[in-house]
Amino acid sequence: MTQITPPIALDQFQMSQPARIVAVDWQLLSIEQARRLREMGFDEGVTVELLHQGPYGGDPLACQVGRMTVAIRRELAHFIKVVAEEVTA
Amino acid sequence: MTPTPASAPESAPVIALVGNPNAGKTAMFNAFTGARQKVGNYPGVTVERHAGKIMMGDGRPAELIDLPGTYSLTPHSPDEAVTRDVLLGRQLGEQKPDIILAVVDAGNLDNHLRFILELKSLGLPMVLALNMVDLARRDGLEIDIAALSEQLGIRVAPTIAVRRHGLDRLRDLLAEVAPAAHVENAADEARKLPPLDIRALQKQARAIADAVTTETDKRRSITRRIDNVALHPVVGPIMLAGILFLMFQAVFAWATGPVEMIESLISALHDAIQNLLPAGFLRDLILEGVIAGVGSVVVFLPQILILFSFILLLEASGYMVRAAFLMDRLMGRAGLSGRAFIPLLSSFACAVPGIMATRTMAEPRDRLTTILIAPLMTCSARLPVYAVIIAAFIPASSVGPGIGLQGLVLFTLYIVGILAAFIVALVLRRTVTKGPDQGFLMEMPKYQMPVLRDFLLGLWQRAEVFLKRAGTIILTSTVILWLLLSYPKPPADADPAIPAVDYSIAANVANGLAVVLKPIGFDRDIALALIPAMAAREVAVSALATVYAIESDGGDEHSLVERLRGKWPLPTALAFLAWFVFAPQCISTIAVVRRETNGWKWPGFLLAYLFALAYVAAGITYWSATAFGL
Repeated sequence: MTQITPPIALDQFQMSQPARIVAVDWQLLSIEQARRLREMGFDEGVTVELLHQGPYGGDPLACQVGRMTVAIRRELAHFIKVVAEEVTA
Repeated sequence: MTPTPASAPESAPVIALVGNPNAGKTAMFNAFTGARQKVGNYPGVTVERHAGKIMMGDGRPAELIDLPGTYSLTPHSPDEAVTRDVLLGRQLGEQKPDIILAVVDAGNLDNHLRFILELKSLGLPMVLALNMVDLARRDGLEIDIAALSEQLGIRVAPTIAVRRHGLDRLRDLLAEVAPAAHVENAADEARKLPPLDIRALQKQARAIADAVTTETDKRRSITRRIDNVALHPVVGPIMLAGILFLMFQAVFAWATGPVEMIESLISALHDAIQNLLPAGFLRDLILEGVIAGVGSVVVFLPQILILFSFILLLEASGYMVRAAFLMDRLMGRAGLSGRAFIPLLSSFACAVPGIMATRTMAEPRDRLTTILIAPLMTCSARLPVYAVIIAAFIPASSVGPGIGLQGLVLFTLYIVGILAAFIVALVLRRTVTKGPDQGFLMEMPKYQMPVLRDFLLGLWQRAEVFLKRAGTIILTSTVILWLLLSYPKPPADADPAIPAVDYSIAANVANGLAVVLKPIGFDRDIALALIPAMAAREVAVSALATVYAIESDGGDEHSLVERLRGKWPLPTALAFLAWFVFAPQCISTIAVVRRETNGWKWPGFLLAYLFALAYVAAGITYWSATAFGL
């Protein structure tokens, strides 16, 4: 069953729920921020999963990107749009 | 272990060890070179240069240089710039590498291979160490090494650097690609960095990683399970507070035995020299200058080593980044990011390594702010000063079950430093280091068991730096102070009621300084001790010891604590403590700030603002203590 859902910003997404990056607002980021995000493995088509959140206001987020775990502030995660990853049984 | 030549000939090929942070590069370097590595600095930058001789598979020697870990050839921090410049052959003070030995984490190929593809574009002979294959297997990953090698067009060997597995295979592969000799062609222009499409490389890297990796089972990694506790919103911060409490507790409690041992060694040495040498200039110089001065500093070696032990273990295990994660929002309140937590925590041991640790911070304003507040963290050099004054003036009474007044005062001094750092950071971020918040983005490495050998090596390197400092800056300043205090000698017809020290050069300088310091309760003797303590804070203690040793002229054998008690009113003692919370009295710190910020502007600023704060804090302390009739 495929269901078309609109993309959600990563910082709004549920914890511990695999998701796929469908878009990153590269044009809203500084060159430096964009490069750093790419180096940490954030890119269209990559699977991500929110694992942990910081103790004050749930910020920052710890997020599985590919096989790497990356800490990212909600502010920046907001530029990353994801959809729920279809779980293949 | 393969034997290593004492020194490789000039013509030996140069191998650059390169890799992403957390790929296990340092462990690889340590495994190859052990304690034989040479640690130095690149000219102009404070990035440490680690180099060592290794033997390749065919018995030929080669020079291995360990380059700072980086994610790409586009540098974000001063550290990463060195890696790029060495690889391009334009780093001052470094030979152009002939071979690249790249290290990747077998469990993180989809990310690390991108950098490998970038490195490949440099056109140098290259060997790939597929590291941490054991951890990848633990996480259920199998990697087809032959396929990886074929797809990349590079020789690949699986390794477990921390256990020295796979090194022989790497040596063989290096020998296969190594040129006959090092090529340093003067006519050869610096290598140019080819234009690279990072996105295309990233896609290619992921495709290769997917093709060669088989995921045998999808079990939850150990790291994730530990993080469920360590990063838990409630348990996590409690655990961090517990670890920090244990760390500071250990610094004071565990050091007592070793400190007493060193103290008795020093006093034995003192007695031996006293009996051995005839009375005179040389004996006075050695006893009152060298042994009293250097000895009073060397006793702090155990505390410094304990503090560094904790920091090294926290770093090697991967917990330090978790601490940064937990602290990020809190640091954000002061306009900093969680990244600043690591340098600031190191600064409790010593501001110098703390400030050097800021090199990995990508954002220049964050980094500058961190550098400027690092000296406010109570470094171990302040301990001797605090310890002596507290022992002399704060009664060893109890203010509650298990809480001693002396410990409470010491704890307060630490807290005052931290609070001041927060306030200063807030002010700086709104004024001199104003700019947008750059956020917090950091890889969280897998947890790892620290390796004893690497830990001991790190600890030894710190001890060496500390002892070198004691043997150079501290030795020189205490000897100079002793000379200034002892000469000129009083004239033959001097009034015996006037202490001999009053005739010395130092006393005259201090008389001038005392005019400025009088309003905050500091007399001539304190001014006298503050002059040499410009070199390093802990010198204040040895300087006071020297001042009062000369004044009393060897008569009574009272300890410094007893002498202070007789000489200083309580408000002065408290003001002295307040002074040292802020005073930037450490030549090494000033020097490292100058190097890290490339000029005198920021160290000048640092000196000015810290002295101003020290003066005001000491003044307020003195006046209010006096007003309360203490």
